[in-house]
Amino acid sequence: MDLVDGVRKGSVRALAKLITLVENEQPGAIEAMESIYPHTGNAYIIGITGPPGAGKSTLTDKITKELRRENYTVGIIAIDPTSPFTGGALLGDRVRMQGVSNDEDVFIRSMATRGTLGGLSRATADTSKILDAYGKDYVIIETVGVGQDEVDIIRTADVSILVVIPGSGDDIQAIKAGIMEIGDIFVVNKSDREGADRLVTEIKMMLDLSSAPRDWTPAIVKTIATEDKGVETLVEKIKEHREYLMESGTLALRRKERIRSEITKIVENEIFRYFDGLIAENRDIYDQRLEDIVGKKEDPYLLAKQAVEIIAKKISKKAGEYKGRG
Amino acid sequence: MNQDKRIRTLVAKPGLDGHDRGAKVIARALRDAGMEVIYSGIRQTPEQIVDAALQEDVDVLLLSILSGAHSFLFPRIMELMKKKGLGDILVLGGGIIPVEDVPELKALGISEVFGPGMTSETLIKYITENLSAGN
Repeated sequence: MDLVDGVRKGSVRALAKLITLVENEQPGAIEAMESIYPHTGNAYIIGITGPPGAGKSTLTDKITKELRRENYTVGIIAIDPTSPFTGGALLGDRVRMQGVSNDEDVFIRSMATRGTLGGLSRATADTSKILDAYGKDYVIIETVGVGQDEVDIIRTADVSILVVIPGSGDDIQAIKAGIMEIGDIFVVNKSDREGADRLVTEIKMMLDLSSAPRDWTPAIVKTIATEDKGVETLVEKIKEHREYLMESGTLALRRKERIRSEITKIVENEIFRYFDGLIAENRDIYDQRLEDIVGKKEDPYLLAKQAVEIIAKKISKKAGEYKGRG
Repeated sequence: MNQDKRIRTLVAKPGLDGHDRGAKVIARALRDAGMEVIYSGIRQTPEQIVDAALQEDVDVLLLSILSGAHSFLFPRIMELMKKKGLGDILVLGGGIIPVEDVPELKALGISEVFGPGMTSETLIKYITENLSAGN
């Protein structure tokens, strides 16, 4: 496993290539991740999320600078959306990360969602592991601009930071449901704008109203990322929260939960690969049956059931082969 | 659901000119052609550009320059690309570059230089053809 070796030995080229291999799900990707996994668990993973234009990239840049001042190494995964029409993507987060783009202890990787919902891309968790195994002290994951329900970050990061900005009172309204619940730390960015204090109060009230018992009261930090204001406090809060996670044992619990949901995803992917293969082998029949389903001559549920049965047979056949090999 | 290999490109603006309309138009055109386009932002040093190409593992590097400093900046970029083992990346130049300067740029390893008036179809065709030939 040359690339994994390269990553472990500190080769940036191998690191970049391995991420590509895993992102494209090319042959050897799963085997590579198998060898990466034992070397993970040392990096602390910071998730940054919030609506488009809230200042996530700029904050990532400033947090990284702050961590670099203390000599920590940092890996950044910056996610932007893929076009649902062309499959293309414009990845522009680097533009806001000029402050750290020339530091060899900072590795920035832009990723497109490639159709994944939830605010991350499918390869984000694995990329984070690769950066961890490479030896980065911190991995920062910047999600796509999110709306209400893209909360996958909590299943990938150790700490979730929700960035919001003053503007209209409706902002807070719009994100109340799913996403307001996931912040371990709230950042009110662009806090020189009118309404910043009101927004802080609203978040406080929202947190006070929550009936869920909790040991950690989410911190609220006001920042002006472009002017570097409040960033130091934010990094302090990140560390405070980390200490809380470690002392309370919550970090271990969170990481166990993370692995649990990752395993579900890996299994889904595996089964999907069979389904994909099945369609590829029987494209004409599949097309014909799609026509029939559209024409109400048969129903999609039967087709799905049959597909699952065939896949199950294929899997048990493969399992038999494994056994045969001893 | 298998992820196809997507063409990854870096559109970069070396040097001090801040005119990035052209670079953005190109970035948009490549995006619409189904590629993943990383945009560097303006006023990039050769080091920043090459580091970005390295970290992002791009297939193509597109350099847009309108300041006239190409004969100074392009050699530095190409030298760093070689030093970092990125000789296999397709490098293209564009912007305001006099025709008489093109041969020396090509001698550096820059595959093609596109000037004003080029259509995005020409560029996309060039990229897809040269990548499939190279791989």
